[in-house]
Amino acid sequence: MKGGVSVSKDIIATIKENVIQGRKTQEDVGIDDSLAGTAGVVELTQQALGKNISPQVIITDGLTAGMQVVGERFSTKEYFIPDMLASAEAVGAAMDIMKPALESANVETKGKFAIATVKGDIHDIGKNIVAILLKGSGYEVHDLGIDVPTEKVVEFVREEKPGYLGLSALLTTTMTEMGVVIKALEENKLRSSVKVLIGGAAVSEEFAQEIGADAYCVDAFDAVRVLEGY
Amino acid sequence: MPEDIISLIQESVIQGRITKDDEGMDEGMIGQPGVTELVERAPASGLSIQNIITKGLSGGMNIVGQKFEAGEYFIPDMLASAEAVSAAMKILQPRFAASNIKTKGTIIVATVKDDLHDIGKNIVSILLRGAGYTVKDLGNNIDTQVIVDAVREEKPQFLGLSALLTSTMARMADVIQMLEENGLRDQVKIIVGGAPVSEEFAKSIGADGYGADGFQAIAVVEDLASGTES
Amino acid sequence: MPREGILVDRPYERLTREQVELIHQVSMQILTDPGLISFNREAVDILHSHGAAVESIAGDHQSWQVKIPEQLVLKALDTAPRIVKLGARNPDNTLIMHGDEPRVYFITGSETNIWLDVDFPIYVSKADPTREIRVPEFKPRRGTVDDLCQSAHVCEHLEMADGYIRTVNIQDRDITEDNKDVNKFFASLNNNTKHFMSGLTSLKQLDNVVRMAELVAGGKKALEDNPIISFITCLVKSPLQFVDDTTATFIEVCRRGLPVAVSSSPQAGTTAPIKEAGIIAQINAEVLAGITLGQLVKPGTPVLYGSVPVRARMDTLGDSYGSVETSQYNIDCVQMARFYGIPNYSTSGVCDTKIPGQQSSIERLFSDIVVAMSGPQYLHCAFGLLDCNSVFCLLQAVLDDAHFKMIKFFLRQPRIDQPEMEAVLKQIRAVVTTPQKLYIGYIRPLLRSGEISGIYPFEGSGETDDVFELAYERMKELLARPVEHIDRETTSRIFEEIPGILPRLNIYERGS
Ligand code: B12
Ligand code: B12
Repeated sequence: MKGGVSVSKDIIATIKENVIQGRKTQEDVGIDDSLAGTAGVVELTQQALGKNISPQVIITDGLTAGMQVVGERFSTKEYFIPDMLASAEAVGAAMDIMKPALESANVETKGKFAIATVKGDIHDIGKNIVAILLKGSGYEVHDLGIDVPTEKVVEFVREEKPGYLGLSALLTTTMTEMGVVIKALEENKLRSSVKVLIGGAAVSEEFAQEIGADAYCVDAFDAVRVLEGY
Repeated sequence: MPEDIISLIQESVIQGRITKDDEGMDEGMIGQPGVTELVERAPASGLSIQNIITKGLSGGMNIVGQKFEAGEYFIPDMLASAEAVSAAMKILQPRFAASNIKTKGTIIVATVKDDLHDIGKNIVSILLRGAGYTVKDLGNNIDTQVIVDAVREEKPQFLGLSALLTSTMARMADVIQMLEENGLRDQVKIIVGGAPVSEEFAKSIGADGYGADGFQAIAVVEDLASGTES
Repeated sequence: MPREGILVDRPYERLTREQVELIHQVSMQILTDPGLISFNREAVDILHSHGAAVESIAGDHQSWQVKIPEQLVLKALDTAPRIVKLGARNPDNTLIMHGDEPRVYFITGSETNIWLDVDFPIYVSKADPTREIRVPEFKPRRGTVDDLCQSAHVCEHLEMADGYIRTVNIQDRDITEDNKDVNKFFASLNNNTKHFMSGLTSLKQLDNVVRMAELVAGGKKALEDNPIISFITCLVKSPLQFVDDTTATFIEVCRRGLPVAVSSSPQAGTTAPIKEAGIIAQINAEVLAGITLGQLVKPGTPVLYGSVPVRARMDTLGDSYGSVETSQYNIDCVQMARFYGIPNYSTSGVCDTKIPGQQSSIERLFSDIVVAMSGPQYLHCAFGLLDCNSVFCLLQAVLDDAHFKMIKFFLRQPRIDQPEMEAVLKQIRAVVTTPQKLYIGYIRPLLRSGEISGIYPFEGSGETDDVFELAYERMKELLARPVEHIDRETTSRIFEEIPGILPRLNIYERGS
């Protein structure tokens, strides 16, 4: 049993290290090649679950602790966005693996986040970054895609009841579509069931207020911050 | 008819045309008489030397000065005009004595010993000639003794010294000292110039004036000249 | 008499002939495997009917995998014109672009959301309260139709601007998706007599803007002979996708035979490989796919090989126009276009920084010089753009004009030939015999011939940097200088026939 504790500590520490390195699987090189060829976050998470380590511990001491370091390195400009995203993707993959375990253990996830680029708009780089980062931060992300009709967004909110809805628009001509979505949610009496976050180069704080969104986010980190605040 | 010649002289100064072969500023001038041909012809048509100089040559130079200030003319234009004036003066020189005209005075210029820089000094010479002075240019890298001898023999009203190196600036003081030792200092006004030289430096070595550029050189000499008269 | 541009006699090239051919081969391989995903049905039908293999893809949005065989591309390259004429309201502003001739035209661009105002508040020194300085301050705000008019007006007078792309996105309250195109076209055409290129917001407005151009040009035939407008469509979304709406627009523009830039803007690192070899092979495939579609719609329709490759910024994953690689990618594309003999539309001069200043000057001048040296026919984006293409500043455009003048001067061909050599030999022999040994006299004949480059036009005096203030003065001067508007009669016809143009844009009816 004594050995068990240290083994679990080792695995968790290795998970954390791999998150920092942004290594999802064994195949990934990571930021330097010091871990090349060894198990990545996915394999390690499977091993940990196999050793009956609780998902809670994996999340807090492994994944989140790793992401914390990544965040610090990003703010000191040691890390760049691609590094950040690699780490977030590794965390996201681990979360997927743990989903059944989390459900059976009745652990509450941080919540469901639906995201879409609005009708008429096909820009998705920014939206994808937001999705990856939120997933890496522990949210259950549903990406509805680009050029998504309002009805589809409303239907998703009705059926899947996400706590949060993110809308992206990059064109001044499509940003008005966000207001349309919010109106439609109101008409369908769904508005209060979901917090609406908006983002994209065309929109602004004022615009968010104007259309009655709950928040405007300049970038993906801002989205993480705003959600933590709820 | 004489008036015509005056305006032609003016025009050729403005155009900077010395002989009929010069291009000048505007097109189609080649072949028409330049300032030397005009000045040679002028006395025959009854024009006084005084008028040729003041109305023709200086009148032309005044306009050139205005054009320069207005940004229409550049230094090369100015120099071409000055050279035209000085070529005309050369022709008129032998007649000065006969017509009892006082020239504006004689200036000896030189770049001091060990200094080979002469672009600035040459420009100053050309402009002073253009302003009606008789300029005797000793050249560059000139021995202090040679300069002092020239002052003794030529008895110029002015002596202009140029130095471009901080290491040769001091030679200017040497010249002044040797002139004093030879009892010649009082008979000549000394002006100095060159990039490292300044107003303060000029004062400190006991020079009479300092010119930051060719135009200031003229202004300083004119000031000193009127000071002499009063 | 068309505008001259500047012929780059020996263009700078990065790639060897073998490398160019290798890129071509790989692009062809890309077009057959994986091929392209088209979200536009009509494009699929057209390509399919000419032999492209097509397969439907399951998903929310209808899409098809399209594999374009090399022969189809080669045939399109055969029918695509080698010479593209971009007309202008003032025929003296016509641009003639030969695909194999590296003659560069400098053109403005592109549609930014933010307009940057400049002001010069006065600051007093704490140490010495008698000392005051004026410091430029920049204030961003959303662009309006008025701004677009101003920009078109000033760019009309910028000597180096050979053509005009609308520089600012009009976001007035009374501008909607339905009236945006007619207003941006009218505002631009009415204040600028150079060639006008624009994207289209709504396909429904295509006929209206074409009709407007016909009225201005003097009829349908006149517009054909003198295409005063052209279009740019981003029909490609990297990697390798035909977007539904922009592809529809592209097809319709091709049908009408008006010139169009087939543009792709992959971002190395996100939507294209980060490596030079990868992004160039991909963008080349994307642009060739667009050109092929266009030529199938209407063989011989004038197209520009539109390349706007950029590298991603590592801290935001936005476009980094200021990065050195962005210039390299653009230069490679210029070379690819020349290899195919199709006139090229390339990008330079956009900076990453948000305001004019040191960083802006260095980033833009760097790319402006090197990309211009490679000889693109249509060099876009170059005037006034800041903040990775999100901000337009008129003051910066005025500065850029001065810098393009330097670049254009620099690119002139040297004159070294027998008669020239004989003349200088004569000069040298003459001058060394004079006491002063100065060549100054020989400057004069050249002084006003344009053969000697000017002093920097915004040079200040003393120890203060007056560049912005002097450029601002210049900007105001240019704004005060009148432009030749569309005449009264044509204007009223335009307002009668074309719905949606804001009444305040009618200069003849103002105030009444
Ligand atoms: C890349 C790009 C494209 C690519 C898109 C590729 C892709 N896969 O998305 C392509 C080439 C396909 C493209 C096409 C077009 N584009 Co475009 N494009 C851009 C560009 C250069 C960068 C956008 C980008 O990806 N930025 C990087 C990402 C990381 O930043 P971001 O999107 O802003 O996202 C961040 C934040 O905003 C925030 N965020 C974003 N969304 C959300 C959502 C939520 C919920 C939250 C919380 C946060 C959030 O977080 C993100 C990460 O930090 C912008 C210029 C710009 N400065 O934005 C123009 C721009 C948006 N495009 C423009 C135009 C005009 C077009 C076209 C219409 C061009 C045409 N004439 O064909 C077409 C549009 C077709 C259509 N129907 O949508 C204009 C829009 C002007 C306007 N009218 O509003 C812009 C501003 C460029 C310009 N100056 O002209 N474009
Ligand atoms: C051109 C030049 C040369 C040319 C000279 C060609 C020639 N025919 O004159 C060459 C290449 C030969 C040269 C050589 C050297 N040079 Co040199 N040279 C210069 C340079 C770049 C420009 C001078 C010039 O012609 N200016 C243009 C003219 C129009 O301006 P100007 O001379 O100042 O003249 C104007 C006014 O000053 C005034 N003026 C001038 N003289 C007079 C006189 C009077 C009476 C009045 C009223 C007004 C007046 O009116 C003129 C017209 O507007 C200067 C840099 C500088 N910023 O000045 C260095 C500079 C003067 N040289 C310098 C040096 C070090 C040298 C060398 C020692 C280099 C070497 N290691 O070999 C040698 C010196 C050789 C020697 N023994 O003299 C240094 C001097 C530093 C110092 N210690 O003082 C300078 C400052 C460059 C530098 N920053 O390093 N040089």
